[in-house]
Amino acid sequence: MTTAQEAKAESLRTAPRVTMSPRIVNALVVAGSVAFALLLWELVSRSGLVREQDLPTMTATVGELGSLARTGAFWSAFLHTVRGWALGLGIAILLAVPIGVGLGLSDFAGRAFRVPVEFLRPIPSAALIPLLFLTLGTTLESEVFLAAFGAFWPILVQTMYGVRDVDPVTIDTARSFGVPRRDRLWRITLPGAVPYIATGIRIASAVALILAFTAELFMGTPGLGMMLNYAQSYGLTTQLYALAIATGVLGICTHIAFTAIERRALRWHPSQRLGAA
Amino acid sequence: MSRRRAEALKLATEIAVPIAIVLVWEAWARSADSQFWPPPSTIAQEFRDLWLFAQFRSDVIPSLMRILFGFAIGSAIGVAVGLPLGLSLWARKFAMPHVEYWRAMPPPALLPISVILLHSIGNLQKITFIAFFCTFPVLLNTIDGVRALDPTLVDTARAYGVPVRERIRRIVLPAAFPQISAGMRTSLSLAVIVMVVAEYFSSTSGVGYVLLISKNTFQLVPMWAAIVLIGVIGYLLNLAYMMVEHRLLAWHRGWRAATPL
Repeated sequence: MTTAQEAKAESLRTAPRVTMSPRIVNALVVAGSVAFALLLWELVSRSGLVREQDLPTMTATVGELGSLARTGAFWSAFLHTVRGWALGLGIAILLAVPIGVGLGLSDFAGRAFRVPVEFLRPIPSAALIPLLFLTLGTTLESEVFLAAFGAFWPILVQTMYGVRDVDPVTIDTARSFGVPRRDRLWRITLPGAVPYIATGIRIASAVALILAFTAELFMGTPGLGMMLNYAQSYGLTTQLYALAIATGVLGICTHIAFTAIERRALRWHPSQRLGAA
Repeated sequence: MSRRRAEALKLATEIAVPIAIVLVWEAWARSADSQFWPPPSTIAQEFRDLWLFAQFRSDVIPSLMRILFGFAIGSAIGVAVGLPLGLSLWARKFAMPHVEYWRAMPPPALLPISVILLHSIGNLQKITFIAFFCTFPVLLNTIDGVRALDPTLVDTARAYGVPVRERIRRIVLPAAFPQISAGMRTSLSLAVIVMVVAEYFSSTSGVGYVLLISKNTFQLVPMWAAIVLIGVIGYLLNLAYMMVEHRLLAWHRGWRAATPL
């Protein structure tokens, strides 16, 4: 150990320790970082670096967001978006998990549908908007279909990987102990695939939100996207920024929630145990 | 049944099922005779007439250029910003709230703002918009890749007095590259999606623009052809990237195979 490090260690031992839990420090850093960005925004707009009609000041935008939050129209739009996202994601989970288990378990079925899945998966769901607009119209069904279609693929693929990745030794052990097929599925294969499925659902949740919002923006189904479209058409720039911020907040909230769920699903997994990382 | 026969049967199914799906679709569309669901043969005809190669130059090339430029710029920024964030704990703590926020932002919510801020609905706005959203998968994967670096490697290099710039160029970047590459693949498929959305919102050319115009003029067959084309672009770009990645990471697989984990 060098002398500098020794001195540092010594000072750590003797100096009166400022007891601040790492959680508080992290929260302070986050708050400072957000405050810094907001201040920077205010400065850029006020100094005229970007014209104020293009970039409203931070204070004006936050004020607009505050007054929006006191209107029923905003919350109704917010809930519409949440509804489209939740229904789309829910339907995608209900369809993709059983199909994924089926395609993952049977080598034969997996091979038979490999090409259709590989071809449909990378298709950007947003390309279906005009088709849905002309067939289902500007309805909740359109929005939910689009969100469900987009969310279906990540969950399907993750479920298939998860089922295939179950340790074959565990399965063989259970088989040699005479555990029936159905119990093997419920007790070994599915629990083993849960972390993969949780990851698929986290990815799908973001996709479903994007597509619900996109459907509202382009097709005019009620929700935050439609409100944003109106704000744009009427040239309400401040409201445009306020709505974009609100959409981002919805995005980060769902992301944090599903990351927490994923971590919970993975809790038993060695990679998540304390000290392993 | 012998193993070889089982394998042959599986291969036959793998080929037969997609063909069967298209045939059923064709038969169903012909019998339904709905203007919304043209049979695949009609779509294929239109696809050939439109894209091979009448509108290829005017609409497909611009879209592809926007995807590639946006992807390249976004990836470069992602690596350039991700390296310092991966190496420094405090920079990471400070920047993460913003990275997480913009990453979770649904891209279309920023479309009108991008038009207002950039005073453009042309390539400037399209490429900037695509690049912005392509940055985040690369950025996050660069951070992860740099953080997962074996500390012994860096310490050894430091003990031998290898300067910082050389350490980054010869050790950090190559070691993080498999992870960065995974991020780039996500970004590339994201670029296609963002391209469609951006062109659909405001543009004067591109595949998304053709999609919008054929919807507005109620031309179902060209619209289907555009949807198929977007699917083909997404599929082929992913395939091309996987082939490039396979070559670029050949050293990595060899190294992994030789190193017991």
